Amino acid sequence: MSTEDATPEPTSTGPTAPDPTRPQVYQIFIRATPEAIWEAITRPEFTTRYFHGARVETTGEVGTPFRYLSPDGTAVWGDETVLEAEPGRRLVVGWRSLYDPRFAAEPASRVSWEIDPQDGGYCLLTVVHDRLESSPATAANVQGPGWMMVLSGLKTLLETGDPLVAR
Amino acid sequence: MVTYARRVVDDEDAVFKALADPTRRRLLDLLFEAGGRTQTDLESHIEMSRYGVAKHLKVLEDAGLVVTRRNGREKLHHLNPVPIQLIHERWIDKYTQGRAAALIELKHELEDER
Repeated sequence: MSTEDATPEPTSTGPTAPDPTRPQVYQIFIRATPEAIWEAITRPEFTTRYFHGARVETTGEVGTPFRYLSPDGTAVWGDETVLEAEPGRRLVVGWRSLYDPRFAAEPASRVSWEIDPQDGGYCLLTVVHDRLESSPATAANVQGPGWMMVLSGLKTLLETGDPLVAR
Repeated sequence: MVTYARRVVDDEDAVFKALADPTRRRLLDLLFEAGGRTQTDLESHIEMSRYGVAKHLKVLEDAGLVVTRRNGREKLHHLNPVPIQLIHERWIDKYTQGRAAALIELKHELEDER
């Protein structure tokens, strides 16, 4: 416990503004099977319920399009590609938001979804959003509350949502 | 030591305990400012032995507040803000909702009096 007591520089002023263009990492436990989480990431009937209403459009195969459409399907919010895929385990996709010209003007970044099964019917879901170095507006937009609301919504949906749909 | 089940699922106690230390909060602030840092980098900002910093990082990692990822030979530390968000939803939103409801009630009462 000696190190616990030796606390030299407590923060009273808080941190300086963060640099969102560094890789962003979010990790959450979800009580669901890897398959259910995979479906929730890759099927529109799920994404519309936790991803700002976005309808995902993907076959989940490497090299094929990975799109997000507006809730009514008329506007394209994202039109990138599946970069890596291991169903039920790992999905890596390009990310560029088209619904706002500030984000659309920036180069594509990358989002990795990693599903890691745990004991007791849980999975640890890790989302890494990186390659944001040249996309500061996008980085600031998705940072913190952005991704946390999505993941918290996904967790709630899978753990308490309609079982007929969610499992 | 079992390293596989390093974290207990949704363990609020671990999060509160991890936050209840100024050095650990300082480490979280450093990772908030810029994520993806090596332990050596973090050590340069904290007046403490390498062992001490490692011990604090372990507590943060066990609580899920810090996630480490390998990048080549480097082990990089990232802040995971999700456990704090979940605690916020569980412990803060609930009470602010109550406060908002109380204010709305007060407003109605005052308006009725007129």
